[in-house]
Order: sequence, then C-alpha cells, then structure tokens
Amino acid sequence: MSMESPQPLTLPTRSRPRFGDLGLRTIAGSAAVVLTAIMVAIVYQVVREAHASIGQFGLGFLTDNEWNAVTNRFGALDLIWGTLYSSLLALLIAVPVAIAIGLYLSELAPSFLRTPVALMVELLAAIPSVVLGLWGILVLGPFLADHVEPFLGDNLGFIPLFSGTPSSHGMLPAVVVLTIMIVPIVASISRELFSSVPSDLKQGAMALGATRWEMVRSVAIPQVSGGLVAAVMLGFARAVGEAIAVSQVIGGTLNQSWSLFAPADTMAGRIASQYQGAATALQRSSLAYLAVILLVISLIANVSAQLISGRIQRRMGIRT
Amino acid sequence: MELLASIAALCAIAMLLLVIGTVAQRGAPALSVGFFTNVDAAFLQTGGGIENAIVGTLIMTGIATAMAVPVGVLLAIFSTEFAPPPVAAAVRMTLNVLAGVPTIVIGVFVYGLLVVGRGQSSFAAAVALAIIMLPLIARSTEEVLLLVPSTLREGGMALGATRARTVLTVILPTAFGGVITATIVAVARAAGETAPIIFTSSIFANAVVTDPSQPMASLPYTIFTKSELPSASDQQQAWAAALVLISFVLLGSIIGRLLSIRTRRQIEQTR
Repeated sequence: MSMESPQPLTLPTRSRPRFGDLGLRTIAGSAAVVLTAIMVAIVYQVVREAHASIGQFGLGFLTDNEWNAVTNRFGALDLIWGTLYSSLLALLIAVPVAIAIGLYLSELAPSFLRTPVALMVELLAAIPSVVLGLWGILVLGPFLADHVEPFLGDNLGFIPLFSGTPSSHGMLPAVVVLTIMIVPIVASISRELFSSVPSDLKQGAMALGATRWEMVRSVAIPQVSGGLVAAVMLGFARAVGEAIAVSQVIGGTLNQSWSLFAPADTMAGRIASQYQGAATALQRSSLAYLAVILLVISLIANVSAQLISGRIQRRMGIRT
Repeated sequence: MELLASIAALCAIAMLLLVIGTVAQRGAPALSVGFFTNVDAAFLQTGGGIENAIVGTLIMTGIATAMAVPVGVLLAIFSTEFAPPPVAAAVRMTLNVLAGVPTIVIGVFVYGLLVVGRGQSSFAAAVALAIIMLPLIARSTEEVLLLVPSTLREGGMALGATRARTVLTVILPTAFGGVITATIVAVARAAGETAPIIFTSSIFANAVVTDPSQPMASLPYTIFTKSELPSASDQQQAWAAALVLISFVLLGSIIGRLLSIRTRRQIEQTR
C-alpha cells in the first residue's frame, strides 16, 4: 500500500501517434475500461440485490435491532453495533502498537534488523484470515475463556467491559484477531510515512539538542499526522470488512452489550454465515443491504484516505 | 520510547511465530502421504485427505491468475506510459478503492452476477479471486514500471522505436521480475481467501473435480468448515490443511519479497 508513487514520465510526443502506439494504447486503455466496469458493476449489482430490502425497510434498517427470518423483519442495528465496537476496540489497541512498529522500523532499529523485522510484520498480514480464525476458535478463544476472562471478571468485573460470563466465542477473541490483522497494515504505512520525512528535518532537530523521542514527537509525527489518520482509516476499513475470521470467533449472536465476554455479530460476519442459507428472499436481500453498507464505509474510508495522503504529498513536495 | 517501540515490534513477531508454531505443531501429526492423495473421508469415517481441496485451490487460483495478470499488467502500462496524469490518477484511485472493497462484498457481487440462475462453479470463484488479485498486480507492476529509468525509454525513442515497441521490448523485459513478483504475491493472497469462495464454490462433490463449470473444494473452505466441527479428527485435519495453506502462502510471500528486493536492485543498476 504505497502512499507515494513517482510521477509518470511525460515525453514530448509526435504530433500523430504511430499505428503500433495506437494499438497498444487501445489495448491498455481497454484494461482501464474493464477496471471501471468492474467497480461500477460491483456497486450496481450489490445495490440491485439489496433493492427489495432497501424498499421494504428504508433507512429504518439502520436503527432496528430485530433480525428475524420467521417474521421476515430485518434490521442492522445490533450488527452495526458489533461491527463498530469490535473495529474501534481493535483500532484502539492496534494503532499505538503499529505506529510504534513503524517508528521502530524507520528510526530506531539497528539497520541489520530492519529488513527481517519488516518482512516478519508483512508476513503477519499474509496469514490467511481463515487460519487466524481457526487459531482463534480452537486456541485463543478457549485460552481467553479459561484464563484471561475469569481473571478480568474477578478483578475488574465492576467495569461493564469485563462483566458477564466468560465464553470462548465472543467480542474479545474477535478484537484480538482484528488487532492482529490491522497492526501490519498500519505499521507498514506508518513506516513509509516516517521514512518520507526529510532527513535534514530529523537531523536538524537532533542538532538542536533534541533527543530521539523529542525529534519524533515534535518533528516526525506532526509532519505525517495526516498520513497517520489515513492509515488509521484504512485499518478501520479493513477491520469493518473482515468477515471470515470474525464469523468464526465472535459467536454469531445479536447483541448490544459493552461486555467483551458476550457473543455478538458483525455485518460482514453475518453475511458470511447466512447468505448461502438464507431462508427467505428478503433475508438474502437484507444481507446484501449489509453489503451495501460495508461498500459505502469502504468507499468513504479509502477515498478520504487517498485525498488526505495526496494532500500531504503535495504539501511535502513529494512527487505524486 | 525506544524500548516501547522494540516491544511493539517484538509483539508482532511473537504473534506471527505463535500462530505459525501452533499451526505447525497441531497440523504436522496429521500430515501423511494419504492426506495428500485421498479426498475427504466419508461421514463418520476417519482418515481421508485434502487432495480435492489442493487440486481445487490450484485450479481456481490458476484461472484467476490467467484473468488478472494480463489485465493488471496492461493497466499498469496504461497508467504509466499512455494515460495523461489526471487519468492515471483516476486509475490509481479506482485501483485503491477496488483493493479496499471487502472480499465478502466481492463474494456477494459474484454470487449475483454468476451464481444466481446458473449454480455454483469454480469459474465463478475464480472470477471473484481475480477481482481481488487485479489491484495487487496492477499496483505493484506500476511501481516497478516507474522504477525503470527514463534513460531506457529515451534510448528506445531515440533509436526511432515507437512508444509501443519501447514498452514491449525495453521496459517490460526490464520490469519482468517485478511482474513475476507481483503475481506471486497476488497468488499467495488469493489462495488463502475464503470470503469470495463461500457463496461461489462451497457445495461440491467429494471427489477430485477438474471441470471449471463445477464447484470445487478448496483449502480455505476446508479449513473454514472443519474448524467449526466438534470432532477432534476434523479439527486436526483443519490444522493440517492450514499448515499446507500457510506454508504455501508464507513461502510465496517470502519469495515475492526477496525477488522484489532483487528486481529493484537490478533496475537501479541499469541507471
């Protein structure tokens, strides 16, 4: 996920393109048409599948917490809650860790360690989500339920976060799994960002007597703060859209609880678990409605992340 | 502060090793020749293997690669060599947006496009995987094309070659390693994807299927379903399948990464 890419070279061109040029240009250009067609078709098709549900429930879908195939009434409120709660908690843990890793890899680590450590962080992102889910369901969940959750419940049970009965399926393992997924994404973007801070700025701060930490805090982080916001948005979009691993560990229960121990469900997780076996056409359409919501969130997050990073690149004079 | 940052990096590495270690430890005992050469065991029987899942994953990823690589490379050529800057920026933006679309949404899309009325097929699953691979291939090919020094382009033009000829005979060969790298990384990613497959290729015969018009078993789907079964032998098979998948994916990622460092170095030497 590169935040910067050098400007394409523009050469003075002949007044009339030659035949071979026109051919390759047309073929390559048609690939761009294919790309646009795919993007448009995704939006069109998913909205079309959701059409019945959108017509039936309208925007009330977002504020209704009923999801009942028997009465054929569907609302997304509990799922939106589960999605936002799990994603934001995961971000809360992942972002500081990821930024610290980005700093470590760009500023602090001894140079012989940078490549191998960066490679390992990238590999963490390469683990298929279904494998993380398998680990989550059979190892992490039981471990949390047997050891961590009883401990938290006994000692901090007065906080709503840690109330309720420990359970191997629930919000906590989902948050852990999502955190593992977001950290490498945000870490690799922040590493690129910190590396892009001009070294004369960094060295200038150090020359003025700043410690490394003061340099990072007063020069590096302010320089890239917008980019970090963009990185966080991309991490958020990734967490919101993750279906498989979350559906494996979160328990698939409609819930609106602050408790980390309680099972819940997310929009993406519900699509994964119910779309194939939907009992009614309206249920399938409502699941597609959830997909529309996910699509909107991912579009907003990705476009604004790019606008932000584009602005920074222009400001910092990096070629875009 | 340096200590905290080092601890954060250590945590990430520890998570990686913990997951890989657990998968290896629990999966290795179930690995045997029969695990690779048998299909899944019949109901209530033990033994059995993942031959059909491996074949299915190879075929589906293969079809997806055949679709995504040409389009991805052409896209990269278009945005670096031909498109005016605003169009190139729009292509780049669309690629990033497409890369950000949740894979489960792509599954829903392909379900409506190819599965409704026709039934599941591994071709439909391959289309979904190709959509996921496309932005990965296009973006990293583009990065490598941009690394190709402009002197090579200018040299080609100065010799009187057309732009198309320069691209095909000078620039692409120089960037070939980068295209391979991009493909390897994208294949590794696609092979592990579950969300695009669960609606498109999840009801399959328990046999080795090679006809793309039929749904096939796959490694991720095998892990997905067996992880939720209560029996210990099923779970062990899930771990073993995960070990096979993760070895393939991590190997692909490492090779891709090392190749990309090498390609960059080579291209920089031509400067």
